[in-house]
Amino acid sequence: MSSFLSQEVPLSWYLLLSAALFSLGVVGFLIKRNLITVFMSIELMLNGVNLSFVTFAHQWHAVKGQIFVFFVMMVAAAEAAVGLAIIIAVFRARATLAVDRIDLMKL
Amino acid sequence: MHLILFLVFAGFCLGGAINLLIQSHPINSALSLIVVMVSLAVLYLLLGAEFLAAAQVIVYAGAIMVLFTFVVMLLNAGREAHTLGSRAALRLGFPAVVAILAVIATVILRAQGLGVAKLSDGITSTEELSTVLFTKLLLPFEVTSVLILIAILGAVALARHDDTDQRANVERTGK
Repeated sequence: MSSFLSQEVPLSWYLLLSAALFSLGVVGFLIKRNLITVFMSIELMLNGVNLSFVTFAHQWHAVKGQIFVFFVMMVAAAEAAVGLAIIIAVFRARATLAVDRIDLMKL
Repeated sequence: MHLILFLVFAGFCLGGAINLLIQSHPINSALSLIVVMVSLAVLYLLLGAEFLAAAQVIVYAGAIMVLFTFVVMLLNAGREAHTLGSRAALRLGFPAVVAILAVIATVILRAQGLGVAKLSDGITSTEELSTVLFTKLLLPFEVTSVLILIAILGAVALARHDDTDQRANVERTGK
């Protein structure tokens, strides 16, 4: 039982998971054609990066890495609010969410 | 125990992220993103970040994803159509991203001195975190509150339905 509890995970696995999440976010950003899903892929990338911040905070026993993740979360929340407001404004002007058809900045 | 928890929730994470890409309806993508975020909260807890695990569930899985699902339902977003552009992005972009992932993975696997995580590592208490946050990093914290305020004002200003928009719409559609 004690050997079962003392199993450990190399931190490189966490970093690999973080890299995989980031790459999946990039793939989603490239292949998705819905504005909202593209935005979700950006959130996925942010989460991937956050995981590697927490991993390195664990590695170096540094609290500041975790605080950086806290700041990233706050900025992500602000970004989500503004981004979704922009999406609503775009949808109101164009009546579509397909990124191929939203190719002009002017309304 | 740590190994099993890591494997289970890393699997949930990757499965949710892949499902986000496969699904064609935005609401299904949003729900799989919630799975990813909650699994990440468990991984944060395994790495000893208790405050971040709670914040991840409350802020990301709670607030941000509710906002996303709300907008998906509000705009009545339907299935996405695959176009020439998305197929080209898939053919060209996918190998490029796999190559980037391979480079990052090589760097990570060859890195020296990366430690291990185990359950007996202990957790970073919220007290420890807040001591640093409210003493050494007080200015960035306060500046972030200004950022949030600006974001609120911006969101309200952008999403407000004013008359000029409506008139432009009416003129354009001819109704």
